Amino acid sequence: MSQTPTLELRNLEVAYTVRGIDRQVLRDVSFSIAPGEAYGLVGESGCGKSTAAFAAMRYLPRNGKITGGSIMFEGKNIVEMSETDVAELRRSAISMVYQNPATALNPTIRVGDQVAEVFQLSGVSKPDSFLMAEEALVKVQIADPAQVMRRYAHQLSGGMAQRVVIAMALASNPRLLVMDEPTTGLDATVEAEVLDLVRELRRDTGTAVLFISHNLGVIRHMCDRVGVLYAGALVEQGATADLFNSPSHPYSVGLLRCIPRGGLHKSTDRLDTIPGTPPALGTNFDGCVFAARCALADDKCRTQLPQMVTINNSHVARCFHSDKASSMPRTVEQIEYSPQTTVNTAQAGDTLLNLSHLSKVFTQDGHQVRVINDVSLTLGVGETLGLVGESGSGKTTIAKLVLGLVSPEEGGVVTLDGKGLAKTLNRRDVHDVGAMQIVFQNPDQALNRRHSVTRIVGRAVERLRNFSVQAAVDRAHELLSGMRVEATLHSARPVQLSGGLKQRVAISRAFAGSPQIVVCDEPTSALDVSVQAAILNLLVDLQKQDQTSFIFISHDLGVVRYISDRIAVLYLGRVVEFGTSQRVFNGPFHPYTEALLSSVPNIDGSTRKRIPLTGVVPSPSNPPSGCVLNPRCPRKAGSGYETLCETEEPNLTEVEPGHFMRCHIPVGKLKQLQN
Amino acid sequence: MNEKKLSAIAEKSNEERRTIRRERMQLVVRNKTFLIGAIILGFWVILAIFGNWIAPRGASDQDFEYVSVGPSLKYWFGTDANGQDVLSRVILGTRLIVVMSFTATALGTIAGTALGLAAGYFKGKFDMIVMRLIEAISAIPVLIIALLAIAALEGRSPTLTVIVIGFVFTPNIGRTVRAAVLGESELEYVAAARLRTERTPHILFREILPNVLPPIIVEFTVRLGYAIFAIATLSFLGAGVEYGSPNWGTQIAENWGSIYANVWWATAFPALAIASLAVSVNLISDSLLEVFEL
Repeated sequence: MSQTPTLELRNLEVAYTVRGIDRQVLRDVSFSIAPGEAYGLVGESGCGKSTAAFAAMRYLPRNGKITGGSIMFEGKNIVEMSETDVAELRRSAISMVYQNPATALNPTIRVGDQVAEVFQLSGVSKPDSFLMAEEALVKVQIADPAQVMRRYAHQLSGGMAQRVVIAMALASNPRLLVMDEPTTGLDATVEAEVLDLVRELRRDTGTAVLFISHNLGVIRHMCDRVGVLYAGALVEQGATADLFNSPSHPYSVGLLRCIPRGGLHKSTDRLDTIPGTPPALGTNFDGCVFAARCALADDKCRTQLPQMVTINNSHVARCFHSDKASSMPRTVEQIEYSPQTTVNTAQAGDTLLNLSHLSKVFTQDGHQVRVINDVSLTLGVGETLGLVGESGSGKTTIAKLVLGLVSPEEGGVVTLDGKGLAKTLNRRDVHDVGAMQIVFQNPDQALNRRHSVTRIVGRAVERLRNFSVQAAVDRAHELLSGMRVEATLHSARPVQLSGGLKQRVAISRAFAGSPQIVVCDEPTSALDVSVQAAILNLLVDLQKQDQTSFIFISHDLGVVRYISDRIAVLYLGRVVEFGTSQRVFNGPFHPYTEALLSSVPNIDGSTRKRIPLTGVVPSPSNPPSGCVLNPRCPRKAGSGYETLCETEEPNLTEVEPGHFMRCHIPVGKLKQLQN
Repeated sequence: MNEKKLSAIAEKSNEERRTIRRERMQLVVRNKTFLIGAIILGFWVILAIFGNWIAPRGASDQDFEYVSVGPSLKYWFGTDANGQDVLSRVILGTRLIVVMSFTATALGTIAGTALGLAAGYFKGKFDMIVMRLIEAISAIPVLIIALLAIAALEGRSPTLTVIVIGFVFTPNIGRTVRAAVLGESELEYVAAARLRTERTPHILFREILPNVLPPIIVEFTVRLGYAIFAIATLSFLGAGVEYGSPNWGTQIAENWGSIYANVWWATAFPALAIASLAVSVNLISDSLLEVFEL
């Protein structure tokens, strides 16, 4: 390529000053993005992805500074530019799309004014700017731009808000677009739409893109070339297909291996993990940054800094053993956990939990919002029930109903082991409370940050098992060590633990009362993929040993597929499909499930036809008449059942043995449409 | 993972904890605002405790050969119209104001914290009633409530003043605590505590309270500054403390008239004492705000 690259980082070093000391965040990072190219940066949290993005615009936080190297934008070094010149670049040539669209828009200014302002900044007159803003919104496929322009940011859905942000970013016709996790907070179907949009816009405008994501699937679908960051150093770089098909740095290999890929299931496969944790911010290294966690590391790796080795063409890896990386031995963790006097009396496979006709109505601003509508499900002993659905589908509310944290409406009953439970937690006895526990999504909020690890787990044992204080502490230590929380950490506070360790503590607490059922509410979505694998392995082991049943909530379909025996797909508080993991994932599909599955970007790079869901999720306070999916249903048109779909709500019926669907279209017809 | 690697991680985590603590301590010690405030406050606290031994003369010792004499080697801060040593009276007045302002603020903090915890956790009707009451009380100026209460109860006892000031501070602290508890009680560790059958008092005082301590501590130091001023003002107005006891507010009240006769020292030194004590407390609260990153 003889062209000048749009962006080129040369040996860039960035440091943050934290508590008075400089800590290096980017180490000798070099990469370039050609005009019109999409370059992806991947890595786990804290590896410096976002710092690289901000550095590209020389827009570091106040405590950050560039300590070495250069950032060339179209051949000019922006490290040496004056503040006004950089501001001019940011106005006219570089745009950024942030992770959270809700905070990227000003909540007090109408959306139209915000978009128009970008045009006004480049000298367009006020009346013209509004016309251009409307055009810009049409370009990002907003259906009714004039109406959207009059709204405020909080009146937009997440996907809509992100489209507006993208429209603003593209308003100045930038030559470089930096996207920092642009779809991370969005639901799978919305994410797919936004990614499609970005791809199309890129084709039309030829803008170079720096795309940052922790999601390997997204990167694989969006980028021409990829760089893998670890501890602030670029460890591997190459064309997307090359890197994904033959990763040559042990870290990239590990990262790709530990994702629950399509087809893997807990009954047959164990997930790989990357042992250890990423280094703390500003750690100094003599050798390779990854040596401490690498299965191939030898003395040379620990003492000498490896140089980039060419694998082929543009594919390079910073490793002494890049030839051996792909055949690296697998690392799989085992647990040592002793189940104690399990209270389980039932046999595997027997029905343990029965939810019948659960509904929940919340009152919001005087409106009655029916968030859960007549949900009936069963869970067997030692089984995992996966709950799947987009945000607002009622997954977490079902979990809270089961646990008694909120009480169901009249007529709803939760039956555990043949015994009807009291509606609220306060009226349930210790045995019933201890029998069902939960692992929350965010361990930072779920563990009291002022209490020690021992206290958190010990107190649960003390209350739920009626142990003396000393016996409870002993049992807590036993549990924690079994979950691989080392004894030296038992007196630590949660803040001193890594995300994975925190979640292990939370799991220990859930298992403190020898529960029959543990609700796992997105237990791994706050964690990095390498840690996620270890946590999933742990949960599977616990289930095998204790015959514990799980209700597993996740938006990540790969994870749900891996861990679940049966799956319930939820939409607007209703179960639309319920069946074995096998059935739900292999079809015939409910139209909603079909759309959901087709929107997940998978890491093997295979492309399948996307079944789009049109429009937005309707408000549960005013659901559509007939089948709640009908305005968005991808299979309604031409099925011959249109009128029925629009007037009558279908029942959950058994379409095949053990496979339930809420759809008017007969399963045979669906099968036919889906092939 | 093998044992060696695990214990290495554990060791790393401990070391990290020590490092963070050391770095934060350095941050506090390096913080000039905190340092200056702490030195001044420490000075007054020492005087409050050991004043009786440090003061060169007794509180009511009179020297009729030196009446309204300016600062000199014999009387560093001069003497007042009664021939009393200003320095000794300032030193001996420290204890009363320090003890009173601390107890009054502590009283208000304890009552406010209990009220705020309950209002923020139970929400609903209880919260509404408490908040309306709090608003009603805060609508009336502090000094007016205090003067009215003291006048109505015909008291000049320090105990009564302390109780009145504590009562007046309760709403402010209650509001601060309630705001913090509202956010805190939504966090999942509270649900987790309910899921192990904890009773409400345990959840309030053992689970939530430790997490809302930083704003309470800061609010305490802010209120302490106000308490110092309130007590000094009340004693200046002749309310709140026994007449004739060595006390900065009374001292100013007794001597401010003689400023016109150029006897500035009898008023200036106790005034300076009040100002420096209040400023030191404010410096500390400012630096704590910074370190807690509130």
